[in-house]
Amino acid sequence: MNHAIEVCGLHKSFGNQSILNGVDLVVPAGTVYALLGPNGAGKTTLIRILSTLTAPDAGTVRVAGYDVVAQKRDVKRSISLTGQFTAVDEVLTGEENLVMMGRLSGLSSKAARLRATELLERFDLTDAARKRVKTYSGGMRRRLDLAISLIVSHPVIFLDEPTTGLDTRSRRVLWDGITELARQGHTIFLTTQYLEEADQLADTVAVLKDGQIVATGTAEQLKAQVRSDRVELRDAEDRLVSRVPTDGTIRDLLGILNHLHSQVPADTRVSIQRPTMDDVFITLTAGEKEVSA
Amino acid sequence: MREAQFSVQPASSWTTNWVFIGRGIRHSLRDVDAMVMAIALPVMLMLLFTYVFGGALDPTGNYVDYVVPGIILLCAGFGASGTAVKVAEDISNGVIERFRTMPIQSLGVITGHVAASLVRNLVATAIVIGVALLVGFRPSVGLGAWLGAAGVIVLFILAITWLFAAIGLVAGSASAASGYGFILLFLPYLSSAFVPTRSMPQWLQGFATHQPITPAIETIRGLLTGLPIGTNAWWAVGWCLLLIVGAFVWCRVSFHQRSGQR
Repeated sequence: MNHAIEVCGLHKSFGNQSILNGVDLVVPAGTVYALLGPNGAGKTTLIRILSTLTAPDAGTVRVAGYDVVAQKRDVKRSISLTGQFTAVDEVLTGEENLVMMGRLSGLSSKAARLRATELLERFDLTDAARKRVKTYSGGMRRRLDLAISLIVSHPVIFLDEPTTGLDTRSRRVLWDGITELARQGHTIFLTTQYLEEADQLADTVAVLKDGQIVATGTAEQLKAQVRSDRVELRDAEDRLVSRVPTDGTIRDLLGILNHLHSQVPADTRVSIQRPTMDDVFITLTAGEKEVSA
Repeated sequence: MREAQFSVQPASSWTTNWVFIGRGIRHSLRDVDAMVMAIALPVMLMLLFTYVFGGALDPTGNYVDYVVPGIILLCAGFGASGTAVKVAEDISNGVIERFRTMPIQSLGVITGHVAASLVRNLVATAIVIGVALLVGFRPSVGLGAWLGAAGVIVLFILAITWLFAAIGLVAGSASAASGYGFILLFLPYLSSAFVPTRSMPQWLQGFATHQPITPAIETIRGLLTGLPIGTNAWWAVGWCLLLIVGAFVWCRVSFHQRSGQR
């Protein structure tokens, strides 16, 4: 299988502050890759290096088969980036933004106008097309931003925290857009702080911590890696009383309950919890220590 | 839902620059402050120097003939200073990042602002000359002299705008850009724009006579009023070209530095 993104031994520091300490990753073509990490983990730096905006200090980085240092222009032709902060021209209208970017992407002015109309409709912006972006809400800007990155078809799409700060409706529109792009065979590399987002969208989830990838796998694999199912006991006021790992078998559950029932009131409620992406995130980014009751 | 069916070549540098010039002009037109500045300032300065200061500076009443070139360049300075702010806004905004991830000459975004400044300032220049004619400016020179003066004015606008663009690039923020730009706006007062440099104290004369604005003003004044120009034209053109090339290189270097380091 072709790799849309290959990163090997990537290092980057600013001054004496080391941001990326040997990142290795591969993203197969046509898949969605979500990079999770706390603030300051180096997500944005990594995406900026992948999209040629920042030069790596060491390591090889290839995007769409091209080297991001030696073949910048070829990389740029193959990618689109939607940055963490919306990259739209506030002074222009939504339509003018799209037409301008279309022209810069090499469309004729007629094709650019057609494409703009199409995208405005698709991203629910037709009514605001002739208004200046300055007057747009955060969600509208974000949708325009994504529309701009889809003006021409790029094999590799980078999205840096695409839904940060969006309301539920705008987030839905974006998620649907991303799913659709993936279905059409685009490779999508996104960073996010929302675990649900990674869970929903990504084929592969990776966790970046202190400039290194500390875990990679499908959402399910990561959950399994973090910890097993667990039995939770809550009292009548729904406060957590006890949490015990379990392998889910009757024998194990009977053992746990037999042990606990003498220690807690009879109205204590019992539930079996599967690990969530939050658990994965917190475990992997907090270090090795994990409290299990 | 249709996907982009267009598989296209990146835009040519001609298209890129053209699109960015259009953007710059749109930005100018929608910036109400800048437009008011570009139109009202020339009118006010012209009236101020003719009716308020003019009588004292030249009791014969011909001060308007003397001051027109100075006001043109002063207005060009003010008009161009907006470029520093625009460039600083752009560079601190995400939109420049998008341009930089596209396979285009992204420096064109600066060229676009410079071109818009040129257009804005030529309008301001026309207003200065229009008002000057109304208040008694009577140049009696041929078309060639007018064209020559226009050429020097264009060169000067380009030089000072590229300088302001570079200031906008290194300033870090829009307000810092307009602060640093103020120094450039002060230069016309230390030239022969409003009074002959020989009326200044000795220590200032050297600077005032040889700084780039003085030969530009003397050339335009000479062309429009038929006075001898001497070597001023060469100095004016030389200075402007030097500044254009220097500021352009400065812009290029800092554009790539600035945007590479976030």
